[in-house]
Order: sequence, then structure tokens, then C-alpha cells
Amino acid sequence: MGPYEISLATGVGIYVILAVSLNLITGYCGQISLGHAAFFGIGAYTVALLSKLGWPMYLTLAAGLSSAGIIGVIIGLTSLRVKEDFLAIVTMGVAFLFVGIVRQQEFFGGEMGISGIPSHGMTKFAYLCFVLVFAMLSILFSWYVKKAWIGFAFDAVADDEGTARTLGLDIKSYKLTAFAMGTSMAGLAGGLYAYYTRFIVPETFGFIESITILSMVAVGGIGSTFGVVFATVLLVMMPEVFRFINDYKLLLYGALLFGVMRFKPEGLSGFYTLLTGNKEK
Amino acid sequence: MLFIELFIQGLIQGSTYAIIAVGLTLIYGLLRVLHVAHAGLFTLAAYLGVTVTNQFGSLSLGIVVATLTSGIVGVVIYRLVYEPILNKPPYVALIASIGLYIAMEELFRLIFGPFGLSFSSAPLQNVVVIFGIHLRACQIITVITNVVLLGILAWIAQKTRVGIGWRATVDDPEMSASFGIDPIRVRYLVFFVGSALAAVAGVLVALLTNLVEPTMGAVPSYKSLAIIVLGGLGNVFGTLIASLALGVIEAFGTIYIGDFLDRDAIAFAFLVVVLMIKPTGLFKSR
Repeated sequence: MGPYEISLATGVGIYVILAVSLNLITGYCGQISLGHAAFFGIGAYTVALLSKLGWPMYLTLAAGLSSAGIIGVIIGLTSLRVKEDFLAIVTMGVAFLFVGIVRQQEFFGGEMGISGIPSHGMTKFAYLCFVLVFAMLSILFSWYVKKAWIGFAFDAVADDEGTARTLGLDIKSYKLTAFAMGTSMAGLAGGLYAYYTRFIVPETFGFIESITILSMVAVGGIGSTFGVVFATVLLVMMPEVFRFINDYKLLLYGALLFGVMRFKPEGLSGFYTLLTGNKEK
Repeated sequence: MLFIELFIQGLIQGSTYAIIAVGLTLIYGLLRVLHVAHAGLFTLAAYLGVTVTNQFGSLSLGIVVATLTSGIVGVVIYRLVYEPILNKPPYVALIASIGLYIAMEELFRLIFGPFGLSFSSAPLQNVVVIFGIHLRACQIITVITNVVLLGILAWIAQKTRVGIGWRATVDDPEMSASFGIDPIRVRYLVFFVGSALAAVAGVLVALLTNLVEPTMGAVPSYKSLAIIVLGGLGNVFGTLIASLALGVIEAFGTIYIGDFLDRDAIAFAFLVVVLMIKPTGLFKSR
């Protein structure tokens, strides 16, 4: 592999973690989030600041993961109060708030972002493997959650909150758990991203990024881990492989998002169902 | 003096928000769809307004063309995009709408170029002094248009047969259908009126800033979503108050807390705080 392929594959790995983590919240637990990139950003900024203070890598990554998770739970508290359309708009607000705050603070580097993040001290290829291990772990974790008891509880909350409550499920704690798991994974992805580029700016974590992550989930099929991973690889690679698309990347994302929702809301996983005749378990 | 001037700037800004957001809240009230692509029509109208005015030298012609075209495109969007997915979960229409908006923004960039358009000689820029405050004619017209349009809208909704049928359909679609009101025609009407309002706002903003860019709809689009939530989804009066309040809060916020928070983030900070205290928005939802 040349340096270009390695760098591309590392990017794919990071996006897989992001898409799988959003799928936990939106797909499994049914809580729509239009602000996922904010948690990606919280992780990235935490790691960038701490690593510049000289913290070792495993500590900064852990800190990035937990800071995103803690703020995720706080944002998750809103999902206890507002639902569906209201929740979508509040999480959209979170995306704008994050960029709005970071951009104005000297402490976070303002518009210029943070540069000179220390190196991870590995070869590029070793770092790729490092990222892919985390991507693999998050896929496995996601599968485990789906099959475990908590996955069924998430399903019930997503399907019909009223019924789930009647059955005696503690809806609040399940929603918060989904937010905690999803956002801390996004924080980890942010940390990996910070070490990968060694330079971060607020715009990277804006609303459009949130929509990009959401489009990976929506195109793959909301709730289907397999579909989401497949769509992520496809969507990240496509503009790179077909250079001429790069100029129209956003047009493509927009049209795909629109087209999938309009004609096939089940996404790619819908085709899987079509081929095998049974729903992906 | 600064206080009054900020207040008036806020009202002007708030008036443009109101004209956009009222269309959005009408559509939400009827169909429960968050129509993000609404702002795409706002941008479309701004482009049409500037292009036609520059071509034919008549602002009124520009406004008429922009309003009619956007109204029709709005109806087409409803027919082709929303109607087939109305019975799907709410996020389906929302995500489809966001996708459509992003695609529209990129199309404008490809068609009209990334740098934006201006009026070759911008109309209504003459300065008027009222009680010692300097205002441009187009700023005054923005506020007047807001009042007149929403007044007409209220009159139609309250006093005419069309308006009564419309309100009946919002309240109880099945019952009003059994009284012979065609619900599909009501939807067409709401999309036409809502999109035409967005178009007026688009031309007004083009006059105020004298710059039309592909991305000019993005911030109003997301902000007007915050506004209609604050105003109580589907509540027109609440939306008007929320728009004006946000305009004023932003005007003051930029001066007093601008170092801490971006101007565009103020709307959402306000939104998150209000929803945490009162999850149904400031006013009753319809």
C-alpha cells in the first residue's frame, strides 16, 4: 500500500466508527440526532488540547472518549423531554452551538483551529491498523448490543415508547445509555482523527459533517450495522476513486440522501432483505 | 440611542425571519413535515429576483416572477417529494428534505457560480431619517411588507371561505373532507402560499444585503426551524413573536455576548434553554 491508500483507509476506518456510533442512537434506539459531528469534535478538541500538554496517547484517547460521552449524556437529557421533530431540531442546535462556541474562544484556537498536535509515534501503516482495530471493535460491539437484551429494549423504545413503558422498561435510562455509548464512540473517533491529521479546525465538525454521517446511516439502512458499514466505505471511497465526482461531492450526498429516503427508506439493507427474503438479524 | 437602533435593526432582521418561518409553520401545522428545503425556494427567489430585475430593469416584475415561480416549485416539491412519504416515520421526510436542500444549494452553485450575484443598480437604497435614525428605504419596506402580508394572511384565514376550509382541514382533515373540502387542494394552497412568502423574503434579503449567494438559505433555513419550535409548531402568531424576539436578541447578543458566542449560534442557545424549561415551545402548538 502506498501512503495515499493508507491515508484513505484510515479515513474510512474513522468514518466507520462514526457511522456505527450514530446508528446506535438513531438506528437502534430511534432517537434522531442531527448533531453527531459535535461529539466527534468534542473528542478531537479534547485529545488535541491534552496531547499538546504532553499527556500520553492512551490517556488522551480515553479522555476524548469520556468527555464526549459525558456531554452526550447531558444532550441525551433533552431527548427525555422532547421527541421526534423537536429532538431533531435540538440536536441540530447542538451542532451549531458547538461550532459557534469553539470558533469564538482563544482557548480552542478560534477560527484557526489547533495545529501542531504531537505525532502518534507509529508508522502510518501501524496507525492504520490501530484505527481499523477500533473500527472492528465498534462493529463487534454494535452487533453484540443488537443481540443482547439491551438491543431488544432499544428496539422497543424505538418502535413505540408508550408500549415499552407499559411493559415496565425504564425508557429514560435506555435512551441515556444509547446516547452515552454512541457519543463516546464518536469522541473516540474524534481522538483518532486528531492524531491522524494533527491539525483541526471548527468547520470540520459542523452541521454538514453531521449530515454526512447521517447520510451514511440513512443510505446504509437505519438500524442495520452491515448496511451502514457498507454505505460508509462506499460513500467515503467514491469521491476519491472517481476524482471527477469530488467537485459534486455535496450534490451527490444531497441527492443520495434525498433519493434513498424518497424511494427506499430502508436503504441498502432493504436490498439485502430483497435478496434473501428475510430481514437482517 | 444605540439601544433604539439595535432594537430596530433586530426588528428588521426579525421581519425577514418571520416571513420565512410563517410558511414553514403553516406547512408543519398541516402535514407535520419539517420542510428544510423551504429555504431552497428562498434562495431560488433571490436569484430570480436579481436576474430578472437586472435583465428588464423592473423590480416589481422581478418580485412577481420570483414569487410565482417559487410558489409553483413549492407545490411541485410537495407533489413529487412529500406526498408519497407522508405515512412513513417523520424522520424520513425530514432527512429527504435536508438532502433536497443540500442538492439545491449545490445546483445553485453550479448554475449561478460560487461568487454570488448583485443588483446592477440596487433599488430602494435611498436613506430616510425618521426621528434621527437613519434607515434605508428597503429596510422600512421589509418591516411594512411583513406586517401587510401577515395581516392579509390572518384576514384570509379568519374571514374568507378558503381560509375557513383551510383551518378546518388543519383541525380535522377527515371531518372537513366529509364536508366536501378537498384536502389535497388545501395542501397545494398551503405549499403555494408558504413558498410564495419565502420568495418575498428572498427578494427582500437580496435588497437588504445586495448579495445573493448559493449558501444564503442555509442559516435562515436552520434558524427558522428553531423559530417555529419556539413559536409552538404550527402556531402562526407564536412564530411571528418568536421571529421578532430572535431578531432583537441577536442584535443585542452580537454586541454584548458576541465574544463568547457566534451570532448564528445565539438562536440555538436560546432554543435549547427554552426547550429545557418548557418542552413545548413558548406558545401553544396547534
